[in-house]
Amino acid sequence: MKQRSSTFLYSVLSFGFAFLYLPIFVLMAYSFNDSRLATVWGGFSTRWYRALLENQQILDAALLSLNIAAVSATLATILGTLAGLALNRMGRYRGRTLFTGMIAAPLVMPEVITGLSLLLLFVSLQELIGWPSSRGANTITIAHITFSMAYVAVIVQSRLASMDRSLEEAAMDLGGRPFAVTMDITLPLILPAMASGWLLAFTLSLDDLVIASFTAGAGANTLPMVIYSKVRLGVTPEVNALATLIIAVVSMGVLLAGWNMLRQQRAAVEPRSGAT
Amino acid sequence: MTEPTGESTQTAACTGTPWEDSDTRPFIELRGLSKQFGVFTAVNNVDLEIYQGELFTILGGSGCGKSTLLRMLAGFERPSAGRILIDGVDVSDMPAYDRPVNMMFQSYAVFPHMSVEQNIAYGLKKEGVARSEIESRVSEMLDLVQLKTLARYKPGKLSGGQQQRVALARALVKRPKVLLLDEPLAALDKKLREQTQFELMNIQDKLGTTFVVVTHDQEEAMTLATRIAVMRTGEFVQIGTPSEVYEYPCNHYVADFFGNINIFEATVVNARDGIVTAELEGTGTLVEANHEGPLARGQKIRIGVRPEKLLINRDEPGTAGHTVTRGVVEDLAYYGNRSIYRVRSGSGRVIEVSTQNYQRSAKLLLEWDDEVYLSWDSSCSVVLTE
Repeated sequence: MKQRSSTFLYSVLSFGFAFLYLPIFVLMAYSFNDSRLATVWGGFSTRWYRALLENQQILDAALLSLNIAAVSATLATILGTLAGLALNRMGRYRGRTLFTGMIAAPLVMPEVITGLSLLLLFVSLQELIGWPSSRGANTITIAHITFSMAYVAVIVQSRLASMDRSLEEAAMDLGGRPFAVTMDITLPLILPAMASGWLLAFTLSLDDLVIASFTAGAGANTLPMVIYSKVRLGVTPEVNALATLIIAVVSMGVLLAGWNMLRQQRAAVEPRSGAT
Repeated sequence: MTEPTGESTQTAACTGTPWEDSDTRPFIELRGLSKQFGVFTAVNNVDLEIYQGELFTILGGSGCGKSTLLRMLAGFERPSAGRILIDGVDVSDMPAYDRPVNMMFQSYAVFPHMSVEQNIAYGLKKEGVARSEIESRVSEMLDLVQLKTLARYKPGKLSGGQQQRVALARALVKRPKVLLLDEPLAALDKKLREQTQFELMNIQDKLGTTFVVVTHDQEEAMTLATRIAVMRTGEFVQIGTPSEVYEYPCNHYVADFFGNINIFEATVVNARDGIVTAELEGTGTLVEANHEGPLARGQKIRIGVRPEKLLINRDEPGTAGHTVTRGVVEDLAYYGNRSIYRVRSGSGRVIEVSTQNYQRSAKLLLEWDDEVYLSWDSSCSVVLTE
């Protein structure tokens, strides 16, 4: 009886994982396909990776995407950290729950709506004050900052909430002025959360297609946009190769962020007791 | 161990009883101090004088305002009304980082990202002390709290007791005029508590720093303090030495807070020359007790007697000046060194008696349902009017 239920559980588990990851593995396998037809196996080859390296359009798009991701992740981390600090520090005031909820709203907002509203904002700003004069990498970066900032704020805020306030009070008691206390105590302690936030913001920006499509102008094409337009003309092994590379980068980012959070959780939960 | 050179304001630890000497200037003065949080009054118009070198304890249950009082002394809470003077200087509006006061937090609040050494040096760095002096003062402190071998460890690798010593060293290295300690022993296990308690007292004795300790544990307060202030709902109920608050509690609350006490309802029969005669309710036994202050004939009072002040006998004791009542042993607990009896008296009240087992016997000296006489010296009766 026991044996049977565990067999059942294992098969459910493997089926679930297969459902999640089999398509990705198939895609990765076909990126090494020698054949031009995406569905026929023609032997192992890395020629599509070479073709990829010679494709200037894709390289430009990849560079642009990385650029936007790095800039927007950095700015989102700064702004999100400030937002998290403010929400955590302003004490109890009327409407605090509302503000906390509002900072998390972009996490559940449909991307189409976020993209559309930002597009409208940029267009009306252009009419009113003439900035941004055209849409492109700048507007995509701003758009990515607005939604990824929410993720950073939530991560930083939860780290601050679990932090012992008396650490800061102790530093102040020992003669640290408020600014010094923030630099000496608060920032070093929330640094892991900020790093996780940055990595998450970076991957989110790299992934995004919908918001970028709305806010990009004629010239700026990010990597997901290029892939999407290519796929509409038919799936080529070149796109498979590109997708494989993106999966590698993104999963690296997610793994790093997860490992980072796990590490700080462990450090918080079990301050290794007993001296050696 | 090296002895840090004290500042001019630091002399040897409190000797004698400065609070009884009207010429001694108090070191810490609270004048009409209040703190309100919205409509809730945490501390209500409190006056207090603490003298140099004292180990003063503020004792009370949770929510009595003791922590708020301590936080006002440290500068984390701004008083709603009243002044705080430390060594003659009004610090009421001074921020925490400028006050000549340091605090040891209940959670210790040791900085997890700094080594033991860096933790202790932090306050001196913020003060702008020269590097060479920081080194020597930190090393003095490491000696004092016996953490020299762990100087380069991060706090995460230390035990609770060691972290506490880091917190203590970190606060003391600043040579504060006053050290505030928030529940210093609460997080330690029983064995470590006793040890740390004596260590704290030794260090205080050596440095002569004025300590203000906040605690909810009456035993901790009794053993540590030169004086205890019992706090309740934002006000001081009684301030006195440990033996004063134990033996001469001013009311039922204080009497009950420090250990057990048997309370008898009584009616005043006679009150003259500081001696009260009262009739215990139910039994009609007459009790004599010392009490200053006016009492009217027929007034209802309560007489309190500590369990260890009671004598328990099978035979009627004939000692003069003793109050005697009879009862039946209802329950007993044998602890080896002492025994506790619960005796039901004639009036139906259960009286607790604690005795030292000064006789050696494998058998119990008293058994369940034994008829016994309880007696106590009239000087041990506490008159409680509130």
